[in-house]
Amino acid sequence: MLASQIGFFSLVLGLGLSFLLSFIAIINFNDNKKSFDNNILSLSFFQLFFVIISFLGLVVSFINSDFSNETVFNNSHTTKPLFYKISGTWGNHEGSLLLWLLVLTLFIFLFLIKSKEQPKKYRILTLLFQQVIIIGFFLFLLKTSNPFNYLFPFPREGLGLNPILQDPILAIHPPILYLGYVGSSIIFSAALSAVTQNYITKDWAQHIKKWILISWIFLTLGIMLGSIWAYYELGWGGFWFWDPVENVSLMPWLTLTALLHCILVLEKKVALTSWIVILAITTFTLSMCGTFLVRSGILNSVHTFANDPERGIFILIFLFILIFLSLGIFFLFHKEKNQNQIFWLSKETSILVNNWFMMYFLSVILIGTTYPIFLDVISAEKISVGPPFYHKLISPFLAPFLLGMVFGPKLRWLKSKIENKISLIILFVISIFLTIIILKNLTTDLLFYTILISAAFFLFFSTTKELFFQKLNNISQTIAHFGFSLLILSILFNSILSSEIITNIKVGEKYNYNKIEIFFEKIEEKKESNFNSIIGYFKITSEDGKFVQLRPELRIYNQPKIITSEADIKTTLLEDKFLAMNIVKGNEYFNIRYQVKPFMLWIWISVILLSIGGIMSLLKKRI
Amino acid sequence: MYGKKVKLRFLFLVLLLCSIILTVFLVLQSLKENVVYFQSPSEIKNLTKLDKKKLRIGGMVKKQSININSNEVNFIITDFKSEIMVTYSGAVPNLFEEGKGVVAEGFLKDRNYFLATKILAKHDENYMPPEVKDALGDK
Repeated sequence: MLASQIGFFSLVLGLGLSFLLSFIAIINFNDNKKSFDNNILSLSFFQLFFVIISFLGLVVSFINSDFSNETVFNNSHTTKPLFYKISGTWGNHEGSLLLWLLVLTLFIFLFLIKSKEQPKKYRILTLLFQQVIIIGFFLFLLKTSNPFNYLFPFPREGLGLNPILQDPILAIHPPILYLGYVGSSIIFSAALSAVTQNYITKDWAQHIKKWILISWIFLTLGIMLGSIWAYYELGWGGFWFWDPVENVSLMPWLTLTALLHCILVLEKKVALTSWIVILAITTFTLSMCGTFLVRSGILNSVHTFANDPERGIFILIFLFILIFLSLGIFFLFHKEKNQNQIFWLSKETSILVNNWFMMYFLSVILIGTTYPIFLDVISAEKISVGPPFYHKLISPFLAPFLLGMVFGPKLRWLKSKIENKISLIILFVISIFLTIIILKNLTTDLLFYTILISAAFFLFFSTTKELFFQKLNNISQTIAHFGFSLLILSILFNSILSSEIITNIKVGEKYNYNKIEIFFEKIEEKKESNFNSIIGYFKITSEDGKFVQLRPELRIYNQPKIITSEADIKTTLLEDKFLAMNIVKGNEYFNIRYQVKPFMLWIWISVILLSIGGIMSLLKKRI
Repeated sequence: MYGKKVKLRFLFLVLLLCSIILTVFLVLQSLKENVVYFQSPSEIKNLTKLDKKKLRIGGMVKKQSININSNEVNFIITDFKSEIMVTYSGAVPNLFEEGKGVVAEGFLKDRNYFLATKILAKHDENYMPPEVKDALGDK
């Protein structure tokens, strides 16, 4: 009760501060007093403070199960464990937007602290642009999705949190992902402000690079967490389904990665300036679109949660205002001042080529994700675009992309030659031979996989060699690229070598397939505070006579009444053994899915390596 | 003649144009092959000819129609006007239940018989795929 009230009023106060801040910033735009800086900083701190209070207000309401608050009523339940009461705060639409707002204000506050040596006007304008976004979100929150709506008479019990969200990884997935999404807002504001101040220079590149890296690292980790969750919770045994909700998180990642590489060019020489601004705008727009598409219910996704289309319209309008504002500013103020010295064989060119590929991947995903929506609007025909579409369009271009990653970093700035040709050729030959030896008896599509995998091996070996023999001046980049080659290799081998058995089986039965025996020993029932669980005991004997015991679980939640299946996964360095069990009401058969998935662990490790590359680049002292 | 700068710009534009055309062509081409259409049981009854392409069918799982044996799941999808028999051998999602919404992906054998290769999962018991909602009309 009280907590909700405090939360609501802090929110209103925060909005008020937004206007006050913008007002003061505009008035003092030409002023050079020192005190002004502290004023802005403390006001910005208070804004952050109020949003935090508001957020805590919601958390406390959730912990106390205060069902006079509509959000709590819709998404919580007294029997839920404390941990999920807290994580339930951002496991719903209203709370997650409040979290967006929290991160928005946090980032601008940190930006103001960290950018003290930057030109004052640039900082003020960044603050202003950021406040425009913040005001938009405040209004959105208060108008269409107030987390503190009051219910009277208040119910005694809540509706409960969707059980598949009651999971430790999904508790931290949204905050991490949002840090990435919202981190791009500061890049957006800073880029626009730099455009108006004609400040897209080497200094700016050095300063904004940190923010790009931070956003990139969180986005990478956020996507990975979501993927891990989908792998073990959804019971399909895959980690990426090309589902619209996944795609919308990958799109800003692609533009952000492109931006990260372009900034490296700008650090060295004034080039690609327009492109950088456009990428900054696109990244944030795509992040907003992500929120919009996921929250509006427009997307037909396996991950879609019931939601409200009116909110979508608000975000859509807000989005269009931001796009027009930013493009307007870009065309009005931007002055092209690139140093036009381009040589074909240079690092810049290779980065440009990298961008070219990134934009291609982006457009494929963008079209695949939005085409069904357009078709539905235009012709009312319902279609869906499946994984084969993406695989077919993306994988052929991965091989040249990987080769580019081998050669690009070896080139110098401005003009260069390829050095160490012989060792590169040796590595290339080794990669091809290794691939052919491995693949010989494995796959029908030999040529296609040989090209792809040898390209990945080539990158793998060449980065490994660099890790061991080169001077460590660019270790962050090498690690990130090494991680990427490992990622592609693990994904490819995972998809080639995975095997699957799906069958319906009764307790006590044995099922044989290709010398693999699945024995369903027994089931055991257990009672937890908010669910009953059925645990299946399985003994699986593989071809070589070794056996594993797997215990997948079915959870029947009491509120809301939903069954979830918890896959049991035995992870080793080389492969995962995955077993998920399902029940169909009124039948004695259990539906089971058993999968052997090689190199699963390495997919996660390689993504972590990617972000470690980012972290090292962030921490690197400039020499 | 033209300066180096102009030539470079020109080359850039040509490259850009080529890659855009290539992208659009590739994307449209594989969209045509990989798109899966969605239909309701009634729409299938009214089809004039049967396509060999992959389809999605959505509706409700008819009450007491689920029948399981050791290698298949059989059930009936209904939109309360027409029905279609579905045979499926694969993993069923958690929320697959009698009287609940369902989307099955697969191939038509004839107007009354559908061979499913995938049954789509949902995350939320209140959530109904928009297609199913439309297909069911006011129900």
